[in-house]
Amino acid sequence: MSVPSETSPASPDVTFTNVGAARWWHRGVFASQTAYVTLALLALIVVMSFASPYFLTEGNLQNVAKNFSFIAIATLGITFVIITGGIDLSVGSLMCFAAMITSMVMTSLSTPGMPLSSLFVHLAADGKTVVANVPGLILIVSVLAGLVVSLIVGLINGVCVALLGLSPFVTTLGMLSIVRGLGYVISNGKGSFPGGPDADYFYALTQGDVYGVPAPFIYLILLALLMALVLHHTTFGRHVFAIGGNEKAAELTGVSVPRVKIEVYVVGALAAGLQGIIISGWLGSAPANMATSYELNVIAAAVIGGANLAGGIGGPLGAIVGCVLLEVIRNGLVLAQVNSYWQQTLVGVIIIAAVLVDRIRARLL
Amino acid sequence: MSATGTAATAAAAPVLDLKGIGKQFGAIRALHGVDLTIRPGEVVGLMGDNGAGKSTLVRIIAGNFPPSQGTIHFDGREVHFHRPMDSRSVGIEVVYQDLALANNLTAAANVFLGRELKRNFGPLVLLDHKGMEARALELFRELRSETRPHDLVKDMSGGQRQAVAIARTRLSNAKLVMMDEPTAAISVRQVEQVLSLIHRLKEQGIAVILISHRMPDIFAVCDRVVVMRRGEKKADKPVADTSPEEVTALITGAKEAA
Repeated sequence: MSVPSETSPASPDVTFTNVGAARWWHRGVFASQTAYVTLALLALIVVMSFASPYFLTEGNLQNVAKNFSFIAIATLGITFVIITGGIDLSVGSLMCFAAMITSMVMTSLSTPGMPLSSLFVHLAADGKTVVANVPGLILIVSVLAGLVVSLIVGLINGVCVALLGLSPFVTTLGMLSIVRGLGYVISNGKGSFPGGPDADYFYALTQGDVYGVPAPFIYLILLALLMALVLHHTTFGRHVFAIGGNEKAAELTGVSVPRVKIEVYVVGALAAGLQGIIISGWLGSAPANMATSYELNVIAAAVIGGANLAGGIGGPLGAIVGCVLLEVIRNGLVLAQVNSYWQQTLVGVIIIAAVLVDRIRARLL
Repeated sequence: MSATGTAATAAAAPVLDLKGIGKQFGAIRALHGVDLTIRPGEVVGLMGDNGAGKSTLVRIIAGNFPPSQGTIHFDGREVHFHRPMDSRSVGIEVVYQDLALANNLTAAANVFLGRELKRNFGPLVLLDHKGMEARALELFRELRSETRPHDLVKDMSGGQRQAVAIARTRLSNAKLVMMDEPTAAISVRQVEQVLSLIHRLKEQGIAVILISHRMPDIFAVCDRVVVMRRGEKKADKPVADTSPEEVTALITGAKEAA
């Protein structure tokens, strides 16, 4: 938004006599829940840095950065859904499922004798070592496979919600179960491991770092910038907010509501799938119970960061701040040697506190 | 002023011409044999009790559903609307009772909702924020409304919200604007603003259909008043030739027709 001025050149016969302009701190990002949750986070970081000598060490910061990146990408995605007033409970299951598909495709394409594998690998002269025909190709194909599956799940969610008129909660609750079940079915409950000649690239891209900055953190920042651009500078983003603000109005003014809704569920699912694939690289496997109940962490992070479940409000900064806050608290409790069982209780308190403070602020200002 | 307004526009070709419009929903006869002619710059008040057929008529003109009988001519051509976009594309705009605004967006964003201005930024097609704010400011000035394009709609008064909804109709150079109860839920001062907004539209040669229950508004701003009862048009006369008492009698059925 451009900076408005008191002297905006209204024509002489129009005066803003009794209509004051909102001061800058009552407006935009400064008046949002995201703003004071960010302040709370900064305060917490300052307190932590005094409370524990280990908090600001490079190793610990890397740890924090990596840990929150593991839910933050999915949080960016679900924020789109939440802004339209929807919800996606299937993200945790989908993280696992996409990761499984990716590692299974990778392993399968790298095993001579499996279907299609001859296109991708051949045996070296020793008869044992598997060599990729085109290095990196298996990685690309298997990651794409995971993302395509996510896209299909997102499409089904979106079609059920936008075209069939089912409630987002029920649709994605069902999808949570369907996708988790499919994960057990295809893996026979055992989970799967990324393998083959491209596995090293996969690990480098998921758990590697660039000058000490964890790779997932770099993806997160790039995706967050992309999201800010899409939300605030494209027609799609404008319509996402409009649907969350007043769906009827969006429809009456010619916004293609079903299309935008389907698109947000696809975006949410793709983000969850990518997130799952990255997590599996960090874990070194995609167990069948991976990311169980992560949907709740993701939603909690989004809500703490200021996304409104009623729709119309949210953004990448809030999504990231919510994730960082959750992780700093977790990390802080560990460093303070507090019984880690307290963590969940505290997270719950913070969710309610963040929303409550916003309500109080809205009354006072 | 209403009498002279009517005289000045009487010669012009009608912008909207309804002939014998009827509508049945199953066994219910919602409209029967309604004729209505509106000329450019004319403000017509549409009155009637609940269930008199006002909204059905408006929704037929807006393209929500087609009539069962009768023809619609717009701007001299016969038209058949199946969707709201059909009527909008020929120049009919509706200001809905609940205004159809997104509270979480700015005034400018609401004015341009669904019709955003874009510009190319290299390979990207991005929103033209400056262009939209500038055009929205122009429209608000044209309507003499104290509305800032970058203010959020949720912080606005009822009158300002009306201005935003009406400014939206000005984007497309509409020839006919239908307003559904625009003064139903706002303060006295804001009612004045809305009525002056209607005058602005009239000055620019735009025909207005005003649906209202408020007799003073109809008599303040309309050239003609049309009274509906039980799906039929019972009266259609210049406001100068009638009185609030007569209109009330026509609405309730105390007086059969005029």
